[in-house]
Amino acid sequence: MSESVDTGILPDQKEPDLSYRDRFPLLALIIQRLLLSVALLFAVSVLIFGGVEALPGDFASTYLGQSATPQAVANIRKDLGLDRPVVTRYFEWLGNAVQSDFGTSWASRNSVSEQIGKRLGNSLFLAFCAAMISVPLAVGLGMLAVHFRNRIPDKIINVLSLAAISLPEFFIGYLLILFFAVKFGMATFPATVYDSMTFVERLKAVALPVATLVLVVLAHMMRMTRAAILSVMSSAYMETAELKGLGAFRAIVRHAAPNAVAPIINVVALNLAYLVVGVVVVEVVFVYPGMGQYMVDAVTVRDMPVVQACGLIFAAVYILLNMLADILAIVANPRLRHPR
Amino acid sequence: MHEALLAVRDLKIEAKIYPQGEAPRDVTIVDGVSFKLQKGKVLGLIGESGAGKSTVGLSALGYGRGGIRITGGEVLLNGQDILKLGKNGLRSLRGAKVCYVAQSAAAAFNPAHRLGEQVIEASVEHGIMSREEARERATYLFRVLGLPNPESFGERYPHQVSGGQLQRAMTAMALCPNPELIVFDEPTTALDVTTQIDVLAAIKHAIEETGVAALYITHDLAVVAQVADDIMVLRNGKTVEYGTARQIIEAPKEDYTKALVSVREMQHEEAADQTKPLLKLDNISAAYSNVVQVLFNVSMHLPKGQTLAIVGESGSGKSTLARVITGLLPPSEGKIVFEGEDLPKALAQRTREQLRRIQMIYQIADTAMNPRQTVRDIIGRPLTFYYGMHGRKKTERVAELLDQIEMGPQFLDRYPAELSGGQKQRVAIARALAAKPDLILCDEPTSALDPLVAEGILKLLMRLQAETEISYVFITHDIAIVRAIADSVAVMHRGRLVRFGPKHVALSPPFDDYTDLLLKSVPEMRIGWLEEVLKTRRMESAGN
Repeated sequence: MSESVDTGILPDQKEPDLSYRDRFPLLALIIQRLLLSVALLFAVSVLIFGGVEALPGDFASTYLGQSATPQAVANIRKDLGLDRPVVTRYFEWLGNAVQSDFGTSWASRNSVSEQIGKRLGNSLFLAFCAAMISVPLAVGLGMLAVHFRNRIPDKIINVLSLAAISLPEFFIGYLLILFFAVKFGMATFPATVYDSMTFVERLKAVALPVATLVLVVLAHMMRMTRAAILSVMSSAYMETAELKGLGAFRAIVRHAAPNAVAPIINVVALNLAYLVVGVVVVEVVFVYPGMGQYMVDAVTVRDMPVVQACGLIFAAVYILLNMLADILAIVANPRLRHPR
Repeated sequence: MHEALLAVRDLKIEAKIYPQGEAPRDVTIVDGVSFKLQKGKVLGLIGESGAGKSTVGLSALGYGRGGIRITGGEVLLNGQDILKLGKNGLRSLRGAKVCYVAQSAAAAFNPAHRLGEQVIEASVEHGIMSREEARERATYLFRVLGLPNPESFGERYPHQVSGGQLQRAMTAMALCPNPELIVFDEPTTALDVTTQIDVLAAIKHAIEETGVAALYITHDLAVVAQVADDIMVLRNGKTVEYGTARQIIEAPKEDYTKALVSVREMQHEEAADQTKPLLKLDNISAAYSNVVQVLFNVSMHLPKGQTLAIVGESGSGKSTLARVITGLLPPSEGKIVFEGEDLPKALAQRTREQLRRIQMIYQIADTAMNPRQTVRDIIGRPLTFYYGMHGRKKTERVAELLDQIEMGPQFLDRYPAELSGGQKQRVAIARALAAKPDLILCDEPTSALDPLVAEGILKLLMRLQAETEISYVFITHDIAIVRAIADSVAVMHRGRLVRFGPKHVALSPPFDDYTDLLLKSVPEMRIGWLEEVLKTRRMESAGN
C-alpha cells in the first residue's frame, strides 16, 4: 500500500542524471579540497610577492652601504631586473618557482633551490623527530587525562601543559640549554649539524631543540585530544557502551576513539604545520642550519629571492598539512565513506 | 508463587543540584517506590517528565545518570541485591542479564560502527556466545523484529537506516544476549505514529517470542496499555497508583490517573460555515535551495475565527508550509491570499502591517526566546515594534496579556529559565497575541509538553479564539489534538495534500489509503487495541 503512495512523488530521483558528486561524495569532497588548496597556494604566492615588494628598504642600498651612489644603485637594480614592472617579475618568478627554480640569492649568488634543499631537509628532520615524540605522547596523555578526569593525574597533566604553553619557546630553549648543556653537560650545544655526522650524532645534536619543540606543541595537542574525547564521552552511545557492561578501556578505544579521530587529526596537523613553520625562533636559538635561520638571515640583508622562496615553501607545507587533515577527517566520517 | 525476577523495595534516589547562587544540595528524585516483576511479564512505568520513571528504570541496571545516586532501598534481581554489587559485578550484569533500550536509537548507536557489530558486541564481550552464534541470533532477531533483509541488515551503518528500523535494531541489540530483563525507555516516543505501531508490534512480538521480562517506560498511557501486564503510575518520584493494566485503564482509582486516562477526550464542535476564507493557499509549491522540492501544489483555506489543523508525519512538509505562509521560504509557485489580497511571497517584501497580522508559536518555546530577556521584554518587544508602546503603557499591556494567558504580574521579571515548560509556551502565546494578529501559526506547540500541561495550553488557545475571533493554523502529528481543536483538517504526506475538508468530513470514511493508515495507527486508550489492528491488517493482507 505504501508503495503506491511512494511512486511519482520524487520523479527527478529516478532519472540517471546523478552527478559525480552524488555518486562519489567522498571523491568529490577530496577533489574539492585539492582544488581549493591549489587556489589558496596561488593566492598566498601573490601575498608573499606583494608583501616582500612592499617592504621598506632596498637590497641595493643595503648592499652598497656607504658607497651607494645613485648610479651604483641603479646599476644593481638593473642587474637584478628590478627596473621591470612588478607584474612581469611576479609571473616570471611564479613560472620558475613552479619548476622548483627559485632564482639566485642576491647576497651569495648561489642557487636558492640548492641552498633550501639542504636546509629544508634539516628542518624537516627536526620537525619529524619532534612529531614522533609529541604526537603519541599528546594523544596518550590526553586519553590518560580523560580516564582520570577531574582527579589528581588529570590536574597535574593540565597544570604542567598550561605552564609549557605559557612560556615562549626561546625561553624554554634557553632554560634547557642552561640546565642540560651548561649545568649538567648532558646535551650538546650549539645544535649545528654537518653532512659528515652519523645519524646518532645528529640525533644527539638535535635533542635540545626537539625537546623545546615537543614542550611547545604538546600542551595544545593534549588539551584538544582531551576535549575531543570528553565531548564524545558525554554522548548517548557511550552510555550505551556502559550499559552493555563494556570495560572502560574497550569503551574508550572502540567506541570513543573512532569518533574523536577527526578533531584530533585536525589539531595534530595544525601542530605539525607549526613544527615546520614555527621552528624559526628555535633554530635561531640553537644555531641550527634549517629553513628558519636561513630566512631570518635573508630578511636582514633584504635578500628577496630567498625570503620569497622560504615564505612560499612554509605556506605550501602549511596548506598541505591542513589539506591532509581535512581529507583524513573526511575519510574518517562513516557517513561520507558509506553513503546511503 | 515463586520468587519475582525483579523486586524493587522502597527505592530512594537522590541527585545533587547546583542552584544559582546557592550551595549545592541533594534533592530526592525517587522516594519509596516498590514493585515486583515476574519472569516474562511487562511492567509499564508511566508518568510525566520529571516523574522519575527513567531513573527507576535505570536503577534495574544499577546505573544513575549524571550526579544521580541510589541512596536507599533494594533492587533484587533473582533475589540478589544488585545495589550491593561492585563495579565488576555490575559490569557482568549489564548487557548480559539486564539490557537497555534508549529513547533515541539514533544517538544511542555509535555512528562509526556497523549495526551488526554493535548488536552482537555485548553477547560476545560477556562470553555468552561465540561471534558466529551471536551473528546467527542477530539475524534471527532482525527477522523477528521485521527488519528488511535480515541477513544483510547488520552490514549497514546507523545513518543508512530509518529511525523506526534503528529503534528495532536497538531492541535486537538488547535481546541478543538472551537477557532476563529489558528496560525500554520510551522506545517509540521519537517515532512517527505509523512507524510507532510497527515498532510497538515488533517489540511486543519479540517479548512474547523470547519470554524476556520488561520494564516499559513511557509518558503515553495508550501505548503502555498495549504491551504491559501491570502499570505503575509515577508522579514527582512517588507511586500514585500500581495495579494491573486493565484496572489502571478501565477503573483508575486516583484522580491523577483518571486525568491521565481522560486527557485525550477533549472535543471541539466544528464551525458550521467554512466558506469565507481569511487565508487561502493556492497551488503552493516550494523547494529548498531550488533543488529539493518539499511542497507540491498544495491548496487550502481557513475562515476567520476558526482552526485549520495540518496533520502529517515528519517530512510531510507541514512545517515547511508554515514557513511559506510566514514568508520565510518564498514558494516557487502559487499564491497566498490573505483577506482577499495577495501576500507578497518573501518576508522582506511584506509591510509591517502584513507581518503583524500573522504571528507564530513554535514547538520548543525554549529556543524561541532569548534566555537573557525577562518575560516583560519578551512580550513587550512586539508592543514596541508594532504599536510603538513604551513605559507604563507597555507594562500595563504586558500585564494584561499575562492575565489573558492565566499567569499573574509576578512573572513580569522572570527569565525563561525560571519558568516551567507550560509557562514558557504560554509566554510564547502572549508574545504572539501582543501583535493582535488575525492568524497565529502554531507549529506543534504542545508536542514537547506533558499531556496534562498540553491540555491546558489547548484549552487556553480555544478560550482565546472564542474571545478574540483569532484564527489558527495548527500543525500537529497528533490526531487526538485535531479532534480536540480543529474546524477543518488538512492531511499532508510527503509534500502533498492528501485530504482537506471540514473535520467531520475529513475524519470520516471513505478514506484514502494514507489517512486510513494514519488514523488506524493512533493508539487508543484500551487494552487489546494493538491486537485488533494487527489482526485487521493480517486479514487485509490475506485478502490481497
